[in-house]
Amino acid sequence: MVGAIRRLGTLFINGVWQLGFITRFFWLILVYSGQSFTRLHLTLRELYFSGVMSLLIILVSGLFVGLVLGLQGYETLQRYGASDSLGTLVALSLVRELGPVVAGLLFASRAGSAVTAEIGLMKVTEQLKAMDMMAVSPIARVVAPRFWGGVISMPLLAALFSAMGVFGGWLIGVVAIGVDDGAFWSQMQSAVDFRYDVLNGVIKSCVFGVAVALIAVFEGYDCVPTAEGVSRAITRTVVSSALAILALDFVMTSFMFRGQ
Amino acid sequence: MSRTTMDLWVGVFVAAGIAALLFLALKVGSISGSDIQSPYTLIARFDNIGGLKARAPVKVAGVLVGRVAEIRYDNERFQAEVVFTVDGRYKFPTDTFANILTSGLLGEQYVGLDPGGEDKLLAPGDVIKKTQSAVVLEKLISQFMFNKAAEGDTAPAK
Repeated sequence: MVGAIRRLGTLFINGVWQLGFITRFFWLILVYSGQSFTRLHLTLRELYFSGVMSLLIILVSGLFVGLVLGLQGYETLQRYGASDSLGTLVALSLVRELGPVVAGLLFASRAGSAVTAEIGLMKVTEQLKAMDMMAVSPIARVVAPRFWGGVISMPLLAALFSAMGVFGGWLIGVVAIGVDDGAFWSQMQSAVDFRYDVLNGVIKSCVFGVAVALIAVFEGYDCVPTAEGVSRAITRTVVSSALAILALDFVMTSFMFRGQ
Repeated sequence: MSRTTMDLWVGVFVAAGIAALLFLALKVGSISGSDIQSPYTLIARFDNIGGLKARAPVKVAGVLVGRVAEIRYDNERFQAEVVFTVDGRYKFPTDTFANILTSGLLGEQYVGLDPGGEDKLLAPGDVIKKTQSAVVLEKLISQFMFNKAAEGDTAPAK
């Protein structure tokens, strides 16, 4: 009984300690960003590994999500004789929610886990310590470029995901089923507002980018320097990124889309 | 600098991302606000606004000329006060009629303006005096039922 309470207390204190550490870590990344931007090719390299390499999975998943939305949306809308609104349904659900959220989840598992593994392994092989010995800040050299690579690629990937999804919905709705092409686009355009829908979706994806990139670099930097520790850190990256994305999405949706 | 192919791919990625954003902005969505130029505000008071919401369209002859900016309740007149912005290119006579209409059977509600024949034009901030409230389905049905009942009473007497 006492043991259980003690464990609970340890868990709580550890949580608060980690929250403080992650905040300080975030601040350090921002401080060292300037120094790391002077060697821009480091950030470009990370942009390549987390952005360009995730392109294929994002595009293919976006297409499939769009195809499914087209089928399911048509099936439901045609019951009410509103199949012309298919474009609206596909575009709004992608731009507002599915684009940022699904792209964020895919990004966390594709790129976030890779970043954690890389930094974790550097810690295991004491490369980070060696950098410190040579007066090279590992945060400026290793962490900040990976962080910014993730932050920059996330909104671009989410936009590509949404665009691909709209294309998928168009393929199913207009090409395969035969919804009127003009009605599909014009209803979509009249219902989707740039500032209210598109821009809020972009803001969401930027916030997810910061959350996923921060969690990924932090878990790698903070991992226990053993083989088991690295594997646990990767698991934690995927799990806490997914939780952070979904929770942040709820919070932001409740601010952005109140349907006044 | 031997990383030219990687730089190229990063360039392609960033360009594709920006192209996707442009596609979302221009083809999927419409940039609102830019189609309403130098807006001015007008006010109309209604007995009942039904389901009218802020940002609802304001139309004249079916053409979008503005949007509803704010809806508030006037506690002195016991009426709803609808503030809307209208494109500066369009002017309306002082005897313009403001209605709350519904687009389609289940569509959104909007403010429809019917220009009158007066020579004087509405200035920014003016109040439109002639208004017609939203049609409330319950009232319509009860009126219909009442008329039917009244007909039923008089019919045998004839």
